[in-house]
Parts: sequence; C-alpha cells; structure tokens
Amino acid sequence: MTGILGAFGRPVLQALVALGRVVLFAGAILGHILRPPFYFRELGHSILQIGWYSLPVVGLTAIFTGGALALQIYAGGARFNAESVVPSIVAIGMTRELGPVLGGLMVAARVASSIAAEIGTMKVTEQIDALVTLSTNPLKYLAVPRVVAATLSMPVLVAVGDAIGIMGGWLVGTTRLDFNSATYLKNTADFLEAWDVGSGLVKGAVFGFIVALMGCYHGMQSARGAQGVGAATKAAVVSASVLILAANYVLTEVFFST
Amino acid sequence: MIELRDVHKRFGENRVLQGVNLSVASGTSMVIIGGSGTGKSVLLKCILGLVHPDSGTITLDGQDVTKADRDAFLARFGMLFQGGALFDSLRVWENVAFRLVRGPKALPKAQARDVAIEKLRRVGLKPAVADLYPAELSGGMQKRVGLARAIAAEPEIIFFDEPTTGLDPIMAGVINDLIREIVVEMGATAMTITHDMTSVRAIADHVAMLHGGVIRWTGPVAEMDATPDPYVQQFIHGRADGPIESVR
Repeated sequence: MTGILGAFGRPVLQALVALGRVVLFAGAILGHILRPPFYFRELGHSILQIGWYSLPVVGLTAIFTGGALALQIYAGGARFNAESVVPSIVAIGMTRELGPVLGGLMVAARVASSIAAEIGTMKVTEQIDALVTLSTNPLKYLAVPRVVAATLSMPVLVAVGDAIGIMGGWLVGTTRLDFNSATYLKNTADFLEAWDVGSGLVKGAVFGFIVALMGCYHGMQSARGAQGVGAATKAAVVSASVLILAANYVLTEVFFST
Repeated sequence: MIELRDVHKRFGENRVLQGVNLSVASGTSMVIIGGSGTGKSVLLKCILGLVHPDSGTITLDGQDVTKADRDAFLARFGMLFQGGALFDSLRVWENVAFRLVRGPKALPKAQARDVAIEKLRRVGLKPAVADLYPAELSGGMQKRVGLARAIAAEPEIIFFDEPTTGLDPIMAGVINDLIREIVVEMGATAMTITHDMTSVRAIADHVAMLHGGVIRWTGPVAEMDATPDPYVQQFIHGRADGPIESVR
C-alpha cells in the first residue's frame, strides 16, 4: 500500500516542486523588470531574434491555416447552406484562437529551444559564473530582456499572423470557392469585433511570456554536457507548448465564457 | 588576506570539502594542487560565492564574505576560467571591457575600448583582435583574452582556474610567464588551481595540496620538493604508486 502511494505521490511532489521553482523564477524575473540596471542593447537584440526573425515562420503558418480553415468551414457550412459564414468564421477563428495558439506554438518551437540551448551552453561553459564574477546578475542580464522581448513581440506577431491568416482565407475563398472579393472583405470587416482581435493579442503576450520563461528556466537548470543542454532544450519546448495550450483554455474561459 | 576555516561542502553523497583550512596572505601567489575531482574549483567558487559552503567561514581581510556587500566584494576580484568563459555574442574588446562599461563607475564606451586594447596588448594580442568574436580565436588566444578580462579592472585578487589546461607547452609557458609578470606588476593576491607542475613552479609563492577534502600540505614552493608528505611526493612526481589511488 505504501509502495503504491509512493509511486503516485512521488511524481506529484516532484511536479509541485518544479511548479514552485518556476513560480519563484517567474517572480524573480518580474521583480527585476522595473529595477535598474536596464540592458537595452540585450532587449533590442532579443526583440530582433524573437520577434523579427520569427515573422516568416508565423506568416507561413498563418497563411496555410487561414486557407485550410476556409476550405473546412465551406465544406461544413455547405451541409446546412451556410457557406456565406466562411469570411466571418475565418476571421474570428484566426484572431481569437488559431493566430495566437499556432503562432505561440511555432514561436515556442523556434525560440524556447534556442533560448534554452543558448543559456544552457553558457551555463556548462561557465559563462554564467563569469557574469556573476563580473558583478552582473545573470537573471537580469539574460532572462529579463528575453522575457520582456517575447512578451512585447508576440502580440505583434499574432497581429501579423491574424492579417496573413485572414488573407489566406480570402485567397482560397476568392480563387477556389468563388467568393466575390469585395463581399468577402466586407463580411470579414462587418462581423469582426475589436475584442476578437484584442483577446488574441492579450493571449499572444501571455504566450510570449511563457515561451521565454520556459526557455530561460530550463536553460538555467541545464545539467552538464551536451546531453544536459539537449534535455533542457527538449524540456523547454515541451513545457512551453503544454503551458500555452493550458493557458489558452484558461484565458478563453475568462474572456468568453458566458 | 583570504582565510578559510573548517569549510565543508557536499553534493548529495559526495563530500567534496571536509574541513578545509587555508590562509592566503595579501600580495602572494598561492597555487592549489590536487587530483581531478578533489574540489579545487569548488573551493575557489566557495570563496567567490558561486557555491555556498555547508559550514565553515571564509573571510577576506577579516570580513565574512557572505556578509559583505556583494558588488563591492566582487569588484575586488578578477577570474580566469578554465575554458575562458568568454561571451560568444560579444566581440573580444567587449568581453575585456565588460566590467568597465557597467556599474556606478562605468567608463564611456570609447575609453573602455582603449583600456581593453591596452589590456590585450599587455597579454600579447594585437589591436586587430579586439573586433573579432571569441569563436574566431585559437584556444591560446582565448586564454589570453580571458586573462585580459580578469585584469581589466585592475583587481586586488585574481583567481586562475587551470590556466594552462589544453594548451601546448610553449603557449602554457607564455601564459605562466604572463600570470607571474602581471601578478607581480599589479601587486595582486593570486590563487591558482592546476595539475601542471611547470605552472606551479612558475607561478607559486606558496603551494597547498587538496586531497580527501582537506589541505594535506601547505608551504612555500621552495619547500615542496623536500617535503616528506607521501601524497605531495606522489603528485608532484606523477607516480602511479602511492597513497593516492589511481584508477587503471
């Protein structure tokens, strides 16, 4: 009996310990954001790396998703003569859900892995110890700029992804499904509300925070050697992806449950 | 003066330091020798606060290092890491000037760059190296850049972690000579950890041997060869037979 309880209890306790560590880590980062010194150069570099260089992958994901969404809604809507809802559902689906979630997952794959690998390598090559001996707080120098950059960049990426996704739907709608271009755009604009877009941007900011937080946390926790860095990178991507999906459900409940 | 009193540190079941007692007088060069995994690096990291000892006290000029103002304390130190630990994303001069452009006494960028180039020259590197990235340098050049970074802010105390590991004998000799010259020139207190007996003889005023978690022997380098301590004799002559177990 004790063995069975132990087998179930141990992973639960380990998960709670890990959760506690992540919360403390996040708290420490938040505590440093508004306190000097500020590393603006590192912030600018991180915005470039996380935001600008993620545009192609987010854009490509959005255009194919928007196109596929238009086809699916058209096929589904045709069952009860509701093909005309394609523009509005594509727009709402992209802005509320698919833009932020798929954008977040793509950025998690691209950014959480690179942050964890970079910081993990710095840890195993003693660069983080070197920062400390040079009177520089590694958390403030490495983690804070990345977390702030990701939190600021993700809403912009989501906005761009929304626009490209809707354009993908329009492209498929007008070339494959015989929609009139002007009517498609009018329907999109008429049914789309500001909060549809705004809620997606808020989700984007939360997902950006999660992505960078997981990258930095697992990088800082990296064990020695190439295997340690590899494990940290994998853990960063997996945990960021799962947390994005979980946070998406919670935020959707908060924003849209009636 | 740096003093360690009864310092203990364990990692899980591995008791690395088991009561280390050691004094390093100001302005002298202490070299700590000992086999791999005996806790030499842990000892240096305990002094710097990178690793927290489980018990014991470490004082610098009589003040407990754990109670000192952290920034002011670290400002007195420079450290050359085993692998250089240069920041990959920064150019060589930015690595060297890292401390100079930060903090309350930060220098303007141009002035910091001039200081960095002067320190690079001091370790035998040309100004053209300043704008390269660490990955573009050889191992020996990286060590020199690490040395330039360690001395850039003219610290009172400099730590050298395996300064010649991975270098060919000629480059190792160059680094040893540089360390000795710089320590004498700056009047700094130096602590070096190494396995390299050539380094020991070139750098040390005093030697301490760490084995089994304690300082087995310490004394002036001139007395090292004459000591009857079997551990020291086995280590400095590189014998496989003796009280130190070797795995074959």
